[in-house]
Amino acid sequence: MPVGAMRAAVPKATHAEYVLRLADTSLILAQRLGEWVGHAPALEEDLGLGNLALDMLGQARLLLTHAGQLDGTGRSEDELAFFRDGPQFRNFTLVEQPNGDFAHSLVRQYFIDAWQVPMFQALSGSVDEDLAAIAAKSLREAKYHLRFSSGWLVRLGDGTHESHARTQAAADSLIRFTREMFEPDAVDQACLDGGIGADLREVQAAWLADARRVFAEATLRLPEAPRGAPVGKQGAHSEYLGYVLTGMQFMQRSYPGAEW
Amino acid sequence: MVAVAPLPDAGDCRDCAGNLERRVWALLDELPDPEIPVISLTDLGVIRHVRTMPQGVQIGVTPTYTGCPATAMIRSSVIDTLQAAGIAPVQVVDVLEPAWSTDWITERGATALRRFGIAPPRRRSAPILPPACPQCQSTSTEQVSEFGSTPCKSLYRCCECLEPFEHFKCI
Repeated sequence: MPVGAMRAAVPKATHAEYVLRLADTSLILAQRLGEWVGHAPALEEDLGLGNLALDMLGQARLLLTHAGQLDGTGRSEDELAFFRDGPQFRNFTLVEQPNGDFAHSLVRQYFIDAWQVPMFQALSGSVDEDLAAIAAKSLREAKYHLRFSSGWLVRLGDGTHESHARTQAAADSLIRFTREMFEPDAVDQACLDGGIGADLREVQAAWLADARRVFAEATLRLPEAPRGAPVGKQGAHSEYLGYVLTGMQFMQRSYPGAEW
Repeated sequence: MVAVAPLPDAGDCRDCAGNLERRVWALLDELPDPEIPVISLTDLGVIRHVRTMPQGVQIGVTPTYTGCPATAMIRSSVIDTLQAAGIAPVQVVDVLEPAWSTDWITERGATALRRFGIAPPRRRSAPILPPACPQCQSTSTEQVSEFGSTPCKSLYRCCECLEPFEHFKCI
C-alpha cells in the first residue's frame, strides 16, 4: 500500500479474531509438543522439542493477552486458554493433529516454522504496534526453530529407507492441512487491507520457496495440498482438538482459579 | 547465588538523574538472573528503564525468550529486592520493543558467563564460528544439541579437552 494511502478501518472484533488465530496456533502446538517431553528418541531431541514448546507457549501468552485487550471483554490469557470450548478456538487444524512418530511431528513442525518466519517478518511491520513488537520478538525464535526442523527433515528424508518412507508418509498425510494457512478469508483480507495483517500470497511464496529447497535436499517429494480439510481458523476443527483441550484445561475446569 | 557483579562506580549512571534512580540501578546490578545466577539482570540487558514516579518507581523489564519461565521470577525478585530496600510501590512493566537480543548482554556479563563455564554468545554482526571452549579456549568445538537445559542455551563439546559445555545461543 502506498505511503499515506487511506487504510480501511478494521472492526475490533475482526482485529481480535486475527490475533486470536495466531495465539491459538502457538498455544495448541505448544501443548502437542509438550507431549513429547520424556518420549523423544534421544535426550537432545527431548530438550529440543520441550524448548520449542516453551517458545510457542511464550508467543501464545503475549498474543492471547493482546487478543483479550482487543476484543473488549478484558479476558486474561488464562481465561482465554482455559475457559473456551473447541469451536471457539481459532488454531490451524494442522497443530492439533496427533504427534504420530518423530517424523510426523517434525514435518508438522517444519510446515509451521516455514510459515511463521515469513508471517512474523510481515507482521513486524503491522500498524498494530503491539502485534508488530510480538512478531519481531518471535521472529528470532522462529528462525531458530526453522533451522532445527528443516535440519531434521533433511536428515530423516535423506537418511535410511525407513526414515525416508516415514517422513514422506507424514508429508503426504499432513499437506492437506497447510491449505488454510495460505487461503485468505474475510478476516485475513480485512486485516491485510487495514495494514494489520500479512499478505498471505507473499507468505505462501516464501513458504513454497523454502519447502521446495528443503524437500529437494531431503530427497522428498513435496505433495500438492488437496481441498477439503477442516478450517480450524474459522472454528471448524478435527476431532483431535477436544482431546488436547481435555488435557490442557482439566485443572482449571476442575479447580477454577487454582494457582501455583 | 554465586559471584555478585561489582557495583558500578559513581560515574556509571546510565540515563538516570536523581539519587533514587542511581540507588535502584545499584540494587538491580546485584540481582542475579534466576537461572544463571552468575550474571546480573542489568548485565543480561533485561532492565530497560528505571523511572521515578510521584510514588515509588517503575521498572521496565524485557523478556529474553518469550517463553522463558524465569520472566515471572525476575519480576518478583525486582519487586522484593526494592521493597526490602524501602522503595515502594514498585511497578514492573513489560517492554517488548525493541526486542531483546543477545547483543544486550554487556561485556562484563559475557565475561561472567565464560568464567562460569558457559560460552557467551557472539555479537550478532560477528561471523558465525564455533564458540571457544570456556575451559581451554580451543575453537575446535562441535555442537551436540541446538537446545539445552534452558531456552537460552545449546550444548557443545570441546574436541581439544573433550569437556562438554553450554553455549548461550545467539539470537
